[in-house]
Amino acid sequence: MDLNDTPEQAEYRTKVRSWLQAHRDEAPTVVGDRIEPEIVAARRAWQRRLAEAGLVGITWPAEYGGQGLGPLEQVITNQEIAAAGVPGIFDFIGVGMLGPTIIAHGSEEQKQRHLGPMLHADEVFCQLFSEPAAGSDLAGIQARAQLQDDGSWRVSGQKVWTTNAQFASFGLMMTRSNPDVPKHKGLTMFIVPMDAPGVTIRPLRQISGDAHFNEVFFDDVELPPGSEVGPVGNGWGVGLTTLMFERVAIGLGSESFGWRADRFAAALAADPGARSDAEVRRRLGHIAAQFLALRYTGYRALTALQRGQTPGPEGALGKITTVNAAIDAGELLVDALGPDALEQGEWAALISELPGIKSAGGTEEILRSMVGERVLGLPPEPRLDKGIPFSELRSKEVATA
Amino acid sequence: MNFELSDEQTLLREAAAGTLSRFKTVAAAREALEGTAPPDLWPVACDAGWPGLLIDEEHGGAGLGGLDAMLVHVELGRVLASVPLLGHVAATAVLAAASGVDGDLLAALATGDKRAALVPARPPEDLEETWTVDGRRGRHRVGAAEVTGDRVSGGASWVIDAPGADVLVVAGVDGLAPVAMLLDAGAAGVSVEPTTRYDATRSLGHVSLDAAAGARLEVGGDALARAWYLAQALLAAEALGAVEESLKRSVEYAKERFTFGRAIGSYQAVKHGLVEVLRRQENLRSLLYYAGFAYDELPSELAIAASAARVGADEALDYGTREFVSVHGGIGATWEHDAPLYFRRAQLSRRLLGGAGDAAGRVAAELFAAGEAAAAGTAGAAA
Repeated sequence: MDLNDTPEQAEYRTKVRSWLQAHRDEAPTVVGDRIEPEIVAARRAWQRRLAEAGLVGITWPAEYGGQGLGPLEQVITNQEIAAAGVPGIFDFIGVGMLGPTIIAHGSEEQKQRHLGPMLHADEVFCQLFSEPAAGSDLAGIQARAQLQDDGSWRVSGQKVWTTNAQFASFGLMMTRSNPDVPKHKGLTMFIVPMDAPGVTIRPLRQISGDAHFNEVFFDDVELPPGSEVGPVGNGWGVGLTTLMFERVAIGLGSESFGWRADRFAAALAADPGARSDAEVRRRLGHIAAQFLALRYTGYRALTALQRGQTPGPEGALGKITTVNAAIDAGELLVDALGPDALEQGEWAALISELPGIKSAGGTEEILRSMVGERVLGLPPEPRLDKGIPFSELRSKEVATA
Repeated sequence: MNFELSDEQTLLREAAAGTLSRFKTVAAAREALEGTAPPDLWPVACDAGWPGLLIDEEHGGAGLGGLDAMLVHVELGRVLASVPLLGHVAATAVLAAASGVDGDLLAALATGDKRAALVPARPPEDLEETWTVDGRRGRHRVGAAEVTGDRVSGGASWVIDAPGADVLVVAGVDGLAPVAMLLDAGAAGVSVEPTTRYDATRSLGHVSLDAAAGARLEVGGDALARAWYLAQALLAAEALGAVEESLKRSVEYAKERFTFGRAIGSYQAVKHGLVEVLRRQENLRSLLYYAGFAYDELPSELAIAASAARVGADEALDYGTREFVSVHGGIGATWEHDAPLYFRRAQLSRRLLGGAGDAAGRVAAELFAAGEAAAAGTAGAAA
């Protein structure tokens, strides 16, 4: 085992570090994930600076503005950005997940049009997958895309839990293009301009009172021919690519949220009573062990990635551990520091966000079922929707109810 | 960056598994509870070269690292093998670090002709400034054995692998200073009371020392601290093996046992419980690798890494062995089934060497200490 850089990696790290040292004064000061317009503008400008320095899209092919490097260089970049105390990129969903999906499935025209502006945060992307009635059962989406005689499409429906929709120029949208086939087969992915007539974006307030997500309505929105990403009817396959990159992002960046054992310990250590309380220390030890396990599981995942293995569904376990350990940490902070910690201090917002984050990227229950079936090989739960055309499903559901 | 086992390490683990597969260790664990002493597997361990894992090649050992020793313990734990290796390996770690140790003794320990056991002590921390050992009951701790000249008095309870050892490496104190003492187990004033509790495959002893004569080892207190954390990590390694076996057997059963016309593993409640075992098992594996890596390459993080591995072991072992019982329903709670043997192993192991609660406290202590060191470093830099 060896956690050291190779000479090439060390050289790369030095390069990244010196650039960041020379330019850190240009970075905006960011506390938490604030989304006031001036902060967002500053963060987008900072992403542009990072992109110009070659620090965005590290693993993207060079022909699309990336660096053509490996996951290790991405991790080194993340580490150095964190160590420099500057914010990372603003459009992590676009650069981390949606861009790579377009690289894998998009047309050459789409790649040339969208990837450069995405990298530089000139155009932010959002992910239009989840719907009010299709989250865990994502293939149950209802947003309808209908092909017109001239090859254009008309899209209607509703998406929800959309991060960055209010800042986005485009969205990657999963739609139902054919309701008369089983539900996984009739889906098509599109690139949708968020300023198209018929698109309405509304902020969605959460437990904290802030609106970090949106709901997005599509009312007979026209999309020009060639807006499809990947073949018509293969939206599910394209979406799986996005989810695979999401797992890579989680595997690479479990600490990039800044949820780390040492930081929770520092918050507790500030209170002398909490610091010397045996019960607090034991609970902190259990929480810290989870975060340390995540760090070294990340190194194992990285080793596998480096050897060319594709990240598998076991990555979902990391998300479950991350969220629950953070919930336990929030519990401990409030228990130790009192009700003030619910509204004040750097962890207050997180405590209110975590119940929702538990369902983000797949509810804990659906992730556990997926891991149980695909990693442990346990038999699937019997399903009532197999092989049934989507258009007949609803009536069957109503009949069962 | 490479955070996986090397080919040699995988081979070492597989060879250990192969060696142990020739014996019905799990059945022997049950028979041991019924009063039949488990077969003596020490000669098998000697043939495999395990006693000399941490002793250098010059003295006939394998000259391997802490992670390698942990991998062998994963396999021992997987089949509940009753081999008094943990205490021996931890003791040889101290002897290997010491100067001037009799080469013949090291050679005899490397071949296994002689067996050692560590009488470990818990290193001080911010809230407790003395070296302590497990007392007879619960979380009760007492001071480590006291050394005056070449005499040691005191003792420790629940010492792993002490019965039958030829030599004892005792972590003691002279005043507040830690001292490592080497004692012949047969020396006057040394008493080891063999103690079997709940899991008959785990050799334990209460060690009493009454002005027993021994030799001071030329080694610092850091080696005694390292041995304490190595023992923690070896316990965590055993736990990983036991949890892997518990999960494997539970999953197999969940696929073949049917109720209401379905395999029980298709029910979400059963499936999610098994996935929780997997989650805890994989966290433990990462923490164990971290502990092995820290022991071999990153000594400044050994205390937090080994303690975190111990915490991870506690979480995985308790949950995993309880699932092993409950997935099997009523059958899993019968004497004939293997699950109760894993449950017994778990419940005893969790309480040894300070218990997992103590390890959790140590993780916190290390985090606080690191935070203060970082703050002092920043302040120093600013000044």
